[in-house]
Amino acid sequence: MLDALRLPQGPRMSVRGWWRDPWRKPRVLLLFTLLYLVWSLLPVLVAALFSFNAGRSRVTWQGFSMRWYYGDPLRSVWHDASLHTALTHTLWLGVVATALVVPLGVAMALGLDRWRGRIPAGANLAVLVSFVLPEILVAVSLLFVATVLTTPLDLGTTGQVIGLVTFQLSYPVVIVRARLLTIGKDYEEAAVDLGASPLGAVRRVLMRMLLPAIFASAVLVFADVIDDFIIVRYLSGDSSTEPVSVKVYNTARAAPTPALNALTTLLLVASLLAVVLGFVAYRWFTRGEKGVRTLDAFAAET
Amino acid sequence: MAEPRASRAGARWLWPLLALPGTVWLAVLFVAPLYVVLAILFGTVDPILRQPVPVWNPLDWDLSQFRYVWQHIVGENPFFRPALLRTVVYVGVASLLCLLVAYPVAYYTARFAGRWKGVLLAALIAPFWISYMMRMLAWVNLLQADGLVNKALSVGWLPDVHRAWLNGQPTTVVLGLVYGYVPYMILPLFAGLDRTPTAVLEAARDLGANRWETFRRVTWPMSRAAVVVSLLVTTLPMLGDYFTNDLLSGSPATSMVGNLINNSVLTPGQTGQAGAFVVLILIVSIVPMVAYVRSTRAGSEVQS
Repeated sequence: MLDALRLPQGPRMSVRGWWRDPWRKPRVLLLFTLLYLVWSLLPVLVAALFSFNAGRSRVTWQGFSMRWYYGDPLRSVWHDASLHTALTHTLWLGVVATALVVPLGVAMALGLDRWRGRIPAGANLAVLVSFVLPEILVAVSLLFVATVLTTPLDLGTTGQVIGLVTFQLSYPVVIVRARLLTIGKDYEEAAVDLGASPLGAVRRVLMRMLLPAIFASAVLVFADVIDDFIIVRYLSGDSSTEPVSVKVYNTARAAPTPALNALTTLLLVASLLAVVLGFVAYRWFTRGEKGVRTLDAFAAET
Repeated sequence: MAEPRASRAGARWLWPLLALPGTVWLAVLFVAPLYVVLAILFGTVDPILRQPVPVWNPLDWDLSQFRYVWQHIVGENPFFRPALLRTVVYVGVASLLCLLVAYPVAYYTARFAGRWKGVLLAALIAPFWISYMMRMLAWVNLLQADGLVNKALSVGWLPDVHRAWLNGQPTTVVLGLVYGYVPYMILPLFAGLDRTPTAVLEAARDLGANRWETFRRVTWPMSRAAVVVSLLVTTLPMLGDYFTNDLLSGSPATSMVGNLINNSVLTPGQTGQAGAFVVLILIVSIVPMVAYVRSTRAGSEVQS
């Protein structure tokens, strides 16, 4: 009697059967992943939400307003010079550093890919080490150079840009080299066989094929630069060269207003815009390729 | 015949020329400044101005600043030691927690997400585009005495919780580190797990392994390289972190080696100390790096 009842639905009902079913859906993992996403994104969404709070509180909701963006005549991002200078300075650093890092890094990746010898081996090692070395090492050593020695490296925007370029240079090198590995040498050799000079082959064949990787690294570098903290803080000159991250660090524990949330939300919007632009450009340049994995170039960062 | 030779000769100068600007940049602004740190650590301090005086010749190096730091780590009055031990414990625990969180998430995304893979991956990399400081600021808001965390903990019939999360709690610092660095771990893990060939997994199933056995004997060993990379890219940056600590605790009771550097680097006369800790971090981070590079070299030789 009991057996007759159990048999038809046995494997589905019993816990042991469920556990042993090799094709069961991984519900626990799914739940874990979803919980992770909530934990990782919800706090930021709450912080962004409170930038629209009508009151001073970053804890109690007092109604929607744009007060902290432009409404408040003193403390809003628009009216408080120290806040909007931080934002424009951050974006400026992002643009300048990216514009320097990407060409430098792409050329370096191309060169290191083919140049054999001890110098390129050393350069390779330096790239790898600077890729994972704690940022504070780069920041402190450059700070020492700027403060102890007499060099053209000065604190302020120049120093910040130099520090950022140094620290970020490994990103495009690593990403572009990963892409070079998948491209192989066939296309370039074909171009040379057809009469192109080496430089011509690089310019007209390789560069075209590298464009997605170049865009991916530009987006990553830009996002990383505007997120940077240690280098830009140590190498900042006066308060006019303090970017958003330093502003947050200086005021987060000292009774900030939701204007600080508004400032970081604006930076987030800028960062997302860069990502969307980069993604659109990336899709545009890879539109003809079959089987291209959209996120590969981003994953190649690792 | 002349033309290919000419182009090959052209190529000979082309690659060094392309690589040269970046190489010179790194040599001048990355490697040389590390030497400046050494010259300052083994240099002297101007007695009046309290300015560091670097000594360039290794033969003339003055060990007194180094000895000062060393004695306060291992000597009788070890006031640097707690922060160093704390760094080891905090970073160790945080890295392990990161792995415990990141591995299942990356595993699910790589193996089971199906057509949601792209969307899920985009959501997982989203924190990359959110400023680290904003993410920490978000937690400062949530963990305030009257913040949402305490409110959520004392909701309904529960007693009111007034826990001071932000006044030197090791738990807060470690969880802050996990929250901050876990996204950087998920990506390399995902990249590694995504490359696991399905055929191998199916073979394991066909040979009678259940889910757990397949994971333990196939997936996990195959992902070990990715685990090492992901630990490297999260643990090493954590070693130099001081801002997470400053924002979420701000108390010397939880300070780590990064805080030691940050506190002494701008203090006149203590520059050498900062240099000593910088060199310490440098050594601690370069050793696993070199080990990793050697192991991948051995691995690629086996593969090819």
